[in-house]
Amino acid sequence: MGYLNHTILSWVLFLPTIGGGVILLARSHRAVRWTAFIFSLATFLLSLHLPFHFDSAQTGYQFVQNKAWIPAFQIHYFLGIDGISLWLLPLTTLLTFLGVLVSWKGIQHNVKAFYFLLLILETGMLGVFASLDLFLFYVFWEVSLVPMALLIGIWGHENRIYAAVKFFLYTMAGSLLMLACIIWLYNLTGTFSFPGILAGLRAGTFHLTAGTEMWLFLGFFIAFAIKVPLFPFHTWLPDAHVEAPTAGSVLLAGVLLKMGAYGLLRFNLTLFPRASQRAAHWIVILGLIGLIYGALVAFSQKNMKKLVAYSSVSHMGLIIVGVFTFTAIGTQGAVYQMLNHGVSTSGLFILVGMLFERRHTFDLSEYGGIATAMPIYAGFFLLMVMSSVGLPPLNGFVGEFLLMLGAFVARHGYGITAAVGVIVSAMYLLKWTRDTLWGEIKRPANLSLADLDFREGFVLGVLGVLVLVMGFASPLFLNKVSTATRANLAPYAAQARPEANRLAELFLAPPARVPASAPGGRR
Amino acid sequence: MHPNLHLWLIPFLCFLGFACNLLLGRTWSQKTAGWVGVLFPAAAFVDALWVVSQWSRITVPYLETHSPWIAAGPLTIPYGFQLDQLSLVMMLIVTGVGLLIHVYSLGYMAHEGGFYRFFAYLNMFMFFMLLLVLAGNYLLMFIGWEGVGFASYVLIGFFFRKDSASAAGMKAFITNRIGDFGFLIGLFFIFDHFHSFDYTTVFAQVRQMPVEHAWSGLLTVIGLLLFVGATGKSAQIPLYVWLPDAMEGPTPVSALIHAATMVTAGVYMVCRSAAIYDRAPLALSVVLATGALTAIFAASIGILQRDIKKVLAYSTVSQLGYMFMACGAMAYGAGIFHLMTHAFFKGLLFLGAGSVIHAMSGEQDMFRIQALAPGGLRRYVPITFWTFLIATCAISGIPGFSGFFSKDKILYEVLSGQHPNAFWWAVGTIAALMTSFYMFRALFVTFLAGPETAALSHPTGQEPRAVEAHSVDAGFTAGHAEHQAAHPPAHEAAHPHESPASMTVPLIILGILAAFGGYIGLGDRFENFLAPVFNTGVVLPTHPAASELSVSLISISVAVVGLLLAWFYYVKNRQAAENLKHSLAGLYRLVFNKYWIDELYGLVFTRPLAAFSRVVLWRIVDVGMIDGTVNGIATFARGVGSGLRRQESGNIRSYASWVGLGAVVVVLYVLVVGVR
Repeated sequence: MGYLNHTILSWVLFLPTIGGGVILLARSHRAVRWTAFIFSLATFLLSLHLPFHFDSAQTGYQFVQNKAWIPAFQIHYFLGIDGISLWLLPLTTLLTFLGVLVSWKGIQHNVKAFYFLLLILETGMLGVFASLDLFLFYVFWEVSLVPMALLIGIWGHENRIYAAVKFFLYTMAGSLLMLACIIWLYNLTGTFSFPGILAGLRAGTFHLTAGTEMWLFLGFFIAFAIKVPLFPFHTWLPDAHVEAPTAGSVLLAGVLLKMGAYGLLRFNLTLFPRASQRAAHWIVILGLIGLIYGALVAFSQKNMKKLVAYSSVSHMGLIIVGVFTFTAIGTQGAVYQMLNHGVSTSGLFILVGMLFERRHTFDLSEYGGIATAMPIYAGFFLLMVMSSVGLPPLNGFVGEFLLMLGAFVARHGYGITAAVGVIVSAMYLLKWTRDTLWGEIKRPANLSLADLDFREGFVLGVLGVLVLVMGFASPLFLNKVSTATRANLAPYAAQARPEANRLAELFLAPPARVPASAPGGRR
Repeated sequence: MHPNLHLWLIPFLCFLGFACNLLLGRTWSQKTAGWVGVLFPAAAFVDALWVVSQWSRITVPYLETHSPWIAAGPLTIPYGFQLDQLSLVMMLIVTGVGLLIHVYSLGYMAHEGGFYRFFAYLNMFMFFMLLLVLAGNYLLMFIGWEGVGFASYVLIGFFFRKDSASAAGMKAFITNRIGDFGFLIGLFFIFDHFHSFDYTTVFAQVRQMPVEHAWSGLLTVIGLLLFVGATGKSAQIPLYVWLPDAMEGPTPVSALIHAATMVTAGVYMVCRSAAIYDRAPLALSVVLATGALTAIFAASIGILQRDIKKVLAYSTVSQLGYMFMACGAMAYGAGIFHLMTHAFFKGLLFLGAGSVIHAMSGEQDMFRIQALAPGGLRRYVPITFWTFLIATCAISGIPGFSGFFSKDKILYEVLSGQHPNAFWWAVGTIAALMTSFYMFRALFVTFLAGPETAALSHPTGQEPRAVEAHSVDAGFTAGHAEHQAAHPPAHEAAHPHESPASMTVPLIILGILAAFGGYIGLGDRFENFLAPVFNTGVVLPTHPAASELSVSLISISVAVVGLLLAWFYYVKNRQAAENLKHSLAGLYRLVFNKYWIDELYGLVFTRPLAAFSRVVLWRIVDVGMIDGTVNGIATFARGVGSGLRRQESGNIRSYASWVGLGAVVVVLYVLVVGVR
């Protein structure tokens, strides 16, 4: 096991790349698809090694691999994961595998290039979550950007070029800022090693002035905020989603958006704690605006993919709120909700894609009464929608509840505003469900729609089981997260609760405190 | 000494039934699906009875804690169950009445499509409802709370091809979510101050706290917020609007979910939180006033409804109001007592109505039923008639029937209990008069022979028909569409038929319970049994304003007056009702149209929100301002690149948007920063 534990991350990262190489040799579309199938499945199975052998009690990084890469600049090939990144890797490998399956029939031209890019994209995404060297992180960040832009630009729908260019420029603008900040940090510290910089900062070896810290914070923040996307940086997302092929949307919503939230949690919070605290209030407000705004805009969408895209804006807004509350509950909620959103929103995009493959339109008014024609499909649709609504005991509720509770503990006003989300999310999702599933079939073309075939049922079945398991048995996942989040929040542990600022005090006299405080304390 | 009760098994059995029918039901015959659907709730009922048999061997409250459901930071929420007197009563009501209604559904749903789906949903409902009442902490209760809401959503929309049904389901879910917004924030406050969601932990701390005054306290805030949740789930003012629409669901669903069990969840929750409410007099007053207002408001609407299920729906809203009055008067035991008798008689009324609808092949308009059944429907469906009569007596408070004991107890407590209020007592008493009137009206019109003139078969003429046409016709055409196919119309009018045994046996059992169920409350035995749960450490002096006997006499007289009035206007002298209607035309229209509350909500909330979302947020802010700016920058860059040759005029919209954005920022700044 020793060898495997020390190289497992490299294997997981580059198995898809090897698969990409093999695909280039394949002669037929059939061979291409099966090669992609085998390699993505193998990568997924291999990535399951990580949670099974992850020691949840151990602090620091596990499965670490550290080798000099470009010694002249102190750049290392430095990989490792902790509880925050642990589950994002299996999520990525699973969604890529499902992405291969959902593209099975939908992608009929340039098949070889499609699957090649899909697997390269997988390597890029995995690398982002596993890199502990800032330069390496940046390289993987860009590696994930290009294939996705190509997937949208080549296999997208009518307006694909516009969407791809917009996606590319938007993200590029952010990542160049980040690159500048990474180089700035390197100049200050002489290393790209994230743990090295962090240790130096905490020990006082390096010192950032408040101004420098804030500029660096903003540089990283904008890159990540665009990726999340946080209101008002979100307008690339609806275009990108509408144009992207189903697998592209799945990975975009399921994984790429998480890269933003992950980056904030991993880098901004730890490297720049003072700046984080100073900016937190305004970022939380942006997150809350995104939460409600995304839901309200989703309410009036006629294009199903736009609807789901705006729902992502809404959900991701809440995750950012959780990140910037600096509470253990909120942070764990954020990590968990990243996974939940990955599962349920991917499910929603896959469901939309299945309708598109049958009817070649995303226009909501073309549907209605689908439950009559496709009952099994309707069952999965309802399940995914309810997961997204946050119906207990499904997975979405667990994450959402932790996030809202964390926000409330941080400041009552945050939690109360976040809770508005439970109303507005029900509004747009149930309206969408009604317009799609219920009622009489109005379009003759919908009368003869075929229900799910085995492949489609399998894809949705996997996600459906996850929705249930992650809802009923969240400790299975959260137990491995807590050590890392506690370490991540270490700079904030001493922070006093802003008693005087709490909204509650506006309409409540100071409550009579219970003398015997419960064990465990607030955070 | 401490037997392991395995409480988790009771809901889990229903979950198994749900899973079986959902996964395999499609491949089964209707008979198999039905039996599986009944078998699992029956097993749950037997298990519940076994738990009762162990009662003397356990220490109450009996706690059962399994592995955690959620654990994060300082928060741990176990799969924990609690059995005490309150959850015992609720468990028996849910499994017992639930089982009867499952059996009834075997007959009632026999002609409908999606038989297995129906039983799967019904089992799922039972699972969540049992989770709700057996949970040992607030958050597990919340799973049940939301879960029954979801079950209600899919069951109201069971005939999903019908637009009105899917609309009603959606309305129910969203309205409930508005209530849950308050409920959730209440839960946040609970955790923030008590660091736990466990009932025992929370209440142990609450008991150390003093009684609060007016607006000044935490417990008042928590109590009010939790009650917001209760107004949603238990259909109180202002969130009651979903329940009448929920009658789109199949009638057994109305009986089980929208009468006997789910809608009482709010009452259960308030009673469960008695320790909090007892220390929050203001919250109690709000509960009392809301309950009383809802009781009289909904009863007044019930007076003029023509659809038999709508009468019962408003009646349910009204009766739930009584239960909250009891809670508001700190007479939780009386509230639960009424909850139980209500489960019997209202379940029975709905099942009876279902039997009538079954007999009339889908007709729900009472006046048309009367016209279509020559000589009175009671001749054709004697069992349905007699059981319906018992239930009507019970709900109207005719002495000796179950509802009399519980409602009388509530009114007495409101007048003379620990938290009394004579005004709300008077309101409740008037509502009782109305109850008796509208229920006997429903009974007489539905079951007795109508006036001989054909003209009176549509007695209200055109004007209300025009308003009501939508719901009446919808009720007529769908729901029992299959019934109509099975029984051609000519056949239907001439031969209304009594229902099969699977339907009449539950009617008879519930009839017995509705008739005699009140006697277990004699001498306050029922309330004394529950008393340990509601012994919260706060004891206020009672204010005996009147003797129990005199209050009872008043209750009895209003019940009898209501009966007589109904008899006079709808049996003896139908013309008098017509005359009265014409002389009070304005009031009539107001009440007949349900005070236009639905229209008001649509005008004030629903439509502005939709327009705001579509026009302001999406078109102007998102596409215009934010995206317009981004694209504007891109265009600008391109323009600079090509030597500033082309400045497109399309940017004007973006400029205008900027001005708007500036205004918004200023306003937001004032709001966010200025307030602090």
